[in-house]
Amino acid sequence: MFGFSRSQQIAFLAMLALIIVCPLALYPVFLMRVLCMALFACAFNLMIGYVGLLSFGHAAFFGMGSYIAAWTMKFWHVDAAVAIILSGATGAVLGLFLGYLAIRRSGIYFAMITLALAQMVYFFCVEAPFTGGEDGIQQVPRGYLFGVIPLDNDMAMYWLVAVVFVGGFLLIHRIIHSPFGQVLKAIRENEPRATSLGYRTDDYKLIAFVLSTMLAGVAGGTKALVFGIATLTDVHYSTSGEVVLMTLLGGLGTVFGPVMGAVLVITMENYLAQFGQWVTVTQGAIFVICVLAFRRGVIGEIGGALRLAL
Amino acid sequence: MIMIFGIPGPLLFGQLLLGLINGAFYAMLSLGLAVIFGMLNIINFAHGALFMMGAFASWMLLQYAGIGYFPSLILAPLIIGAFGVVLERTVISRLYHLDHLYGLLLTFGLALVIQGLFRNYYGSSGLPYRIPAILSGATDVGFMFLPNYRAWVVVAAAVVCLATWMVIEKTSLGATLRAATENAPLVQAFGVNVPRVITLTYGGGVALAAFAGVLAAPIYSVNPNMGDNFINTVFAVVVIGGMGSIMGSIITGFALGVIEGLTKVFYPQASATVVFLVMVIVLLTLPHGLFGRRA
Repeated sequence: MFGFSRSQQIAFLAMLALIIVCPLALYPVFLMRVLCMALFACAFNLMIGYVGLLSFGHAAFFGMGSYIAAWTMKFWHVDAAVAIILSGATGAVLGLFLGYLAIRRSGIYFAMITLALAQMVYFFCVEAPFTGGEDGIQQVPRGYLFGVIPLDNDMAMYWLVAVVFVGGFLLIHRIIHSPFGQVLKAIRENEPRATSLGYRTDDYKLIAFVLSTMLAGVAGGTKALVFGIATLTDVHYSTSGEVVLMTLLGGLGTVFGPVMGAVLVITMENYLAQFGQWVTVTQGAIFVICVLAFRRGVIGEIGGALRLAL
Repeated sequence: MIMIFGIPGPLLFGQLLLGLINGAFYAMLSLGLAVIFGMLNIINFAHGALFMMGAFASWMLLQYAGIGYFPSLILAPLIIGAFGVVLERTVISRLYHLDHLYGLLLTFGLALVIQGLFRNYYGSSGLPYRIPAILSGATDVGFMFLPNYRAWVVVAAAVVCLATWMVIEKTSLGATLRAATENAPLVQAFGVNVPRVITLTYGGGVALAAFAGVLAAPIYSVNPNMGDNFINTVFAVVVIGGMGSIMGSIITGFALGVIEGLTKVFYPQASATVVFLVMVIVLLTLPHGLFGRRA
């Protein structure tokens, strides 16, 4: 199902079991943060892992999704489902515009252009009145799902986040294993040849980018619902760096790597939060160690040792 | 008072000067990025952090050793340049056989480590660095009061940029460098120690960033985030100019600073984003940058 290999099926079932069991033992709000960031990292991985383009501006889509969900929940009192859909739509529309510009270049230029465009979005958010500037949008109510299920209960919220995450995860997996996904991999491996076979590679890259930014928007919107807040941190480029770090640590281009990376990075941040700037130093050190010592990431190394594609 | 386009002259010239100063920093930083990229094929994300280290080096030299501004204008780039050489030899040189993206990720990590450490020990509030006595004050140049230090920054930056251009384009050392950029194995076959050329190039680019940091110390307060504020804009400048040409980086840097300054006069809300808007226009019309070569 969904193009999973046998080993991936087992890993997927194990992940599902963990999602169901963990809230019994761990703080649900922490788990929700992990799931939101894991979805964000999976969305980012769609670009770097399967199209081979490193976006250094994914915080723009995550952050705008977060703002839109927070704003519509707080001032329009929309349904939680509507807020999440709107945040995905925001990510997609913004991704369409910025992606149209960014896919004109590849490699490190793509990284620099996405970084610069995201910086533009950041400055826009600093100036624009609806974002609340430095204060952000605070005290966002969680509201109701489908008008009936109150989400103020942490466990109700948790199941919603879990469903959004698993849905996003399966969607990405379905995309990668579709004929469309095969073309993306062909472009990653040899773009001139894909062009010569008659594929409009720019269109494929742009569609993949929009799908990725849409899911980044969904992740941002869900995060805003969970914490009831949307701030400039969500659009800041350090958030873009964080998602790159998660994916790199877990394993670029692996199915479960971004999830593992999100778990590790968020846990690390949780424990180091009391030590102030050491979080940044540790994050930087992990970057350096990953690049120098294990470029396949945690899941990539495990998969390599077991000779499985995870 | 002189009025130009309905704007008071002193205001216009004042913003123009501020723009030129920002442009001077854009030029020096994007020049260093271009030189490093040409030789090492990596985009140095740690450039902003190294710029910040240059400013801190001059502050520390004054604070702990009593060494003043002018000696540290030479000393700080040497110290930070040596640090760059160590970085290149110990970590960056291990990545040359890999995809360029790994160089970007590694230097981004290095920037986080450096910035985090400085924030830990010096906080984020900023430390003052006094303008040297000989350059303090202002001169009346007729249409405006010109602060001496700011004039000095523009002149010093322009001289250093031109000197770098001269070294690369007009000397035999520069010829070796350009040849090694084009075809490293061939140059190595002629008996040039290419790895050493690469190391020195990185050191040189870093020294340039540190020099900019020393110049910036008296203008902006010396703080761990000062590189951050510049470097994202500098990446946009690099995309606009394209990294193919040394003179291109210099001209683009100064020009965008001036454009930013003028935007502050006519439409202040857009001044933070105007460089990025220019980037968008350039991407739509000349995707490879104003001075870029088709890859």
